[in-house]
Amino acid sequence: MKVTKALIAVLVTIILILGLEIKWSDTIPSIAVFLNPATGFWQNADSKHIIKERKLHLKGLQGKVTIKYDENMVPHIFAENEHDLYYAQGYVTAAERLWQMDIQTRSASGRLSEIVGQKALEVDRYHRRIGMVYGAENSLNEMMKDPRVAVMVNAYTEGINTYIHQLWKRDYPIEFKLLDYEPEEWKPINCALLLKLMSETLAGGTDAPAMTNVLKKFGPAITNDLFPDYPMREDPIIPAGTKWGFKTLPLPKASSDFISSMIEPIRRREKIEGIGSNNWVVAGSKSASGYPILANDPHLNLTFPSIWYQIQLSAPGINTNGVSIPGTPCVIIGYNNNISWGETNVAADVLDFYNIKFKDSSYNQYWYNNKWNKTTKRTEVINIHGRAPVTETVVYTHHGPVVYESADKRPKSRGDIPVSAAARWIAHDRSQDILTFYLLNRAKNYDDYRKALSYYTAPAQNFIFASADKDIAMTVNGKLPLKFKDQGKYILDGSDPANDWQGWIPAEQNPSSKNPERGYLSSANQSSTDQTYPYYINWSFGPYERGKRINDRLSTMKNATVDSMRVLQFDNYSIRAQDVLPTMLGNINTTKLTGQQQQVLQLIKNWDKRFDANSIGATIFNTWWVRFYGMIWNRHFDSKNGDLMYPSQDRTVKLLLKEPQSKWFDDPGTPGVETCLDVLNQTFNATVDSLVHKYGKPGTAWEWGRVKHTYINHLANLDGFGAGEFIAGGTGSTVNALINGHGPSWRMVVQMGPKVQGYGIFPGGESGNPGSLYYDDMLKTWQNGQLKPLLFLQSPTEPSTRIKSTLTLSSN
Amino acid sequence: MLFIIILILSLIAGFITPWWAAAIIAFVAALYAGKKPVQAFWSGFGAVFIVWVVLALLKSVPNDHVLASRVAVLFHLPGWSILLILTSLIGGLVGGMSALSGVLVRKAFEK
Repeated sequence: MKVTKALIAVLVTIILILGLEIKWSDTIPSIAVFLNPATGFWQNADSKHIIKERKLHLKGLQGKVTIKYDENMVPHIFAENEHDLYYAQGYVTAAERLWQMDIQTRSASGRLSEIVGQKALEVDRYHRRIGMVYGAENSLNEMMKDPRVAVMVNAYTEGINTYIHQLWKRDYPIEFKLLDYEPEEWKPINCALLLKLMSETLAGGTDAPAMTNVLKKFGPAITNDLFPDYPMREDPIIPAGTKWGFKTLPLPKASSDFISSMIEPIRRREKIEGIGSNNWVVAGSKSASGYPILANDPHLNLTFPSIWYQIQLSAPGINTNGVSIPGTPCVIIGYNNNISWGETNVAADVLDFYNIKFKDSSYNQYWYNNKWNKTTKRTEVINIHGRAPVTETVVYTHHGPVVYESADKRPKSRGDIPVSAAARWIAHDRSQDILTFYLLNRAKNYDDYRKALSYYTAPAQNFIFASADKDIAMTVNGKLPLKFKDQGKYILDGSDPANDWQGWIPAEQNPSSKNPERGYLSSANQSSTDQTYPYYINWSFGPYERGKRINDRLSTMKNATVDSMRVLQFDNYSIRAQDVLPTMLGNINTTKLTGQQQQVLQLIKNWDKRFDANSIGATIFNTWWVRFYGMIWNRHFDSKNGDLMYPSQDRTVKLLLKEPQSKWFDDPGTPGVETCLDVLNQTFNATVDSLVHKYGKPGTAWEWGRVKHTYINHLANLDGFGAGEFIAGGTGSTVNALINGHGPSWRMVVQMGPKVQGYGIFPGGESGNPGSLYYDDMLKTWQNGQLKPLLFLQSPTEPSTRIKSTLTLSSN
Repeated sequence: MLFIIILILSLIAGFITPWWAAAIIAFVAALYAGKKPVQAFWSGFGAVFIVWVVLALLKSVPNDHVLASRVAVLFHLPGWSILLILTSLIGGLVGGMSALSGVLVRKAFEK
């Protein structure tokens, strides 16, 4: 009896302990592993008390490294040589952002399933099949050929691994504990993978399949009319009228007309207005100080931890300040004592799909240049947590990988990728992008800047520049394929050699402008140039409104200061409303309106065209415009499969202003012929109805900041780990392009001069640990529309009241 | 007595060993010093409960409970204190059951 009792008690205890130790499902962590105070999440609670002086002995350092942390825990690193500098960058970045670096490289390389199981399989398959790892391998080989980059990347890797090796289980970032896995050794290829992830975000989509469907349905005349190669309204990045002054390479000949016979249906790509960026610079002639001022705000997904990590890097031959991407060495957007630089996305067409005809279902041969050619195959093994691994064989043609060679290979979630089509993607090419940033960090003048840019491949960026010797410049930069006009606007015939990319636009002939007479330069993802540029970059770019507003403001600016730049970064004025609202209002038949409709009409008539957080007019206008746009195009383009490209905003504006009798306004379902006037009146009434239905009578609930959703979530969407929703102004087409979960991820203004002064802010904090007081300490300042003066030390001994702690690293 | 032994040993062990070391400590301590099953259970429960409260608070107080509050939201709990009680209850239960097992095993071998 006693023995039985004892046995039962022991058994129950063991089962209890095991039950607490085991991970029961992919979504719930092991209870005791996560909760116990010895190694669980409680250990991630960082103390608010900062240790003023710390010394660490780290293997592999060649000299002494001094790191000064300021009040936002931004590290200011002073090293005695380059190896130690990047070693320290790797070390401190890992200390703050290890999980982010881990999960992003896993995502890029198609290895999420190892951690989260089956549910990430299709994401992983896609990343393997589009050739992310293949591209990263090519880039790594090329970049390691440069001895400077090799030292940098290896030292950065060494620093990260030194940090990882000294971790105890209790020190692991909280997300590792939640998902119950361990950090793994960092590898140099991870640095390349992160750049591929950028290419995927900024240059990893194409409208060619949806455009091909439009061409098939409507024919060339309508397609050319609704999808023109240049917008009606534009204010190009390189000032219109710029003389090119170079000898143009012979342009490739257009191939014979081809309409792809896509066997499998395709879905159009979802595009988000507002993923893009602004940058601009004013010359000394326009600034109060007489020196240039440069500004940049990249619009990306807003997450905790932030995509950016602020850092100062100093060693003999380099002293630079700005933001870095965790997992990649160097400063990506920033300044030094002589120059400042920033980037926005170009939207060059650098991903094309080619229809491939295979000989048979072995996919060993494909038809090209009038003969059968051999494919190569690459095997990708995807390990899945709790399941047997999946092996993928990816077929490669000379164009690139065939993402899904047959319909059964393509999952529902990737309906935007054409079947039996090869991807020719710039991200697969050998590249040395990182060398560009290595050189920019050290650049002293315009020539250094141009030299640095010549090494850059993708994703193509509008690189803005200002120097202490008063030069300003903008270069539309990247490795841009030499194409015939509209090459890649539709899916290409993969058997015709004339469709191959025929070479490259020479780097020195990339669109560029230096010290233009007007005294300023800017970019906001709109068309790179006017129509005189001899080469083809793409047929469509981002909408022109943000660029137009920036240029309108800059052209009238005199005695500009840092604050003028800051105010412009937060500008909510809508050029779209300025362009269309008078016409829209002019068409409203006021005699037929109800009292409530009259009231709403009055509200929008009195609106100042600003998408401010408390603006009711903005809500009315936005709802009306979205309905107007939808009513015109949904009838013809909203197919069951969602496979047709919609005409652009610009084309819709042209229809409204110039073609009010257009057949596109007519509803074929009614006997009469509707015109623009009918559509405007109908959609205005519908707007009032829907707003009253959703928000009641016009009042606080109608305010734009409450109607639009603005939020910052944790990278893995964990409740409580993000900032949640908040009220804010701005929209995708205003300079302050803040909407939903994306917007200005870093705002920077740099005043050049004998002594450079930078200002900046990002929504979040330096720490990636939700248990740190530096996880979101900069959010408030960012939300309030303020910038922080950036601390830029000239030596490790320079005194500053902002320095809160010092970390000294040495090997002994 | 048993309570004090488990309390001190698991507090020291808490800084260096995995969480289930508390179970071994409670079991072994009760094996030697345990008398009655009920008393052993509550000694183990109380000691480990208190140790886990102390260990968690040592980290959470200087943190102003920022992390514990976030994790409470993640698990849809009303606040960090509930999370703390939940954590400690688990520790207490493991400690109590281990101590109970210890004293029952001892009794099984007693003539």
